[in-house]
Amino acid sequence: MLETFFPNGIAHYLVGGILIGTAVSLAFVTTGLVTGMSTVFSSTWSYFSKLTYFHEQRFTSSRQWRLVLALGLTLGAWLWANTLGHGEAVHTQVQWWQLLIGGLIGGFGARMSNGCTSGHGICGLASLQIPSLLAVVTFLTTAILTAHLVLYFGGL
Amino acid sequence: MNPKSLVAVLVTGVIFGFGLALSTMIKPEVVLSFLRFQDFGLLCVLGGAGTVTALCYQLAPRFLRKPFFAESFGRHAAAMNSQTIGGAALFGVGWGISGVCPGPAIAGLGAGNWSLLIAVGGMIAGAYFQGWLASRGTAAPLNSGRVAAH
Repeated sequence: MLETFFPNGIAHYLVGGILIGTAVSLAFVTTGLVTGMSTVFSSTWSYFSKLTYFHEQRFTSSRQWRLVLALGLTLGAWLWANTLGHGEAVHTQVQWWQLLIGGLIGGFGARMSNGCTSGHGICGLASLQIPSLLAVVTFLTTAILTAHLVLYFGGL
Repeated sequence: MNPKSLVAVLVTGVIFGFGLALSTMIKPEVVLSFLRFQDFGLLCVLGGAGTVTALCYQLAPRFLRKPFFAESFGRHAAAMNSQTIGGAALFGVGWGISGVCPGPAIAGLGAGNWSLLIAVGGMIAGAYFQGWLASRGTAAPLNSGRVAAH
């Protein structure tokens, strides 16, 4: 039964999730910051673009720590790769056009919605916000439908 | 921002990225296999992360007057409007096509999954386009409807 739903086991998923929750909690207790990940894609534009939207206070006041958070994210994955990951680089067989088109639409949508899997899915739900709950139900539904459709277009 | 807070944010990122890598969320195949009902592990990741975070978000403000290195606790900004829901629908479409969302896209680069640069490039462009539209008064989140209390 368990192997039907979790062919690769449960432990690493659960431990990884608890680590992510611990990280988000650490940021909250020390700095009071809510650490969703998608906002860095808007706030960093304020360094390069004159568009008024990117110069809203919520972006300019957070752009520095959001970049530090992103840097930490890559460092953490690098640390895993060189310890438990045995130094082997992770590769993906997902097609380049899937990554490009998915990135474009996903990036646009996450910023329009002001949240992604971490922003709405972890931080929003954890602060018991109804809009985030609706966002999560919505993106899970469209993602499941799309992931099935992609197979018919030659995607992986 | 004070140096102590920046260090705390960096450590947060390191643990977060380690967790994403350990849970194999930096492999788009694993995310797609969840979306196709082949491996429900992603629910454990989201559930584990959400439970710990929910406990912290609910309890910390009750037991601490303020965060250690700052003056007040923040709150995730979410508005009940068509941008939040429409944007989420689009985000799901992109996520379903690629199996990549913002956190794992950035973290995966650290583990040498360079193909994810394509997805990161797409997200940077997508976020720009959203900001371009928002500067013209459309597709902007949090502008209409009720913004949750801060």
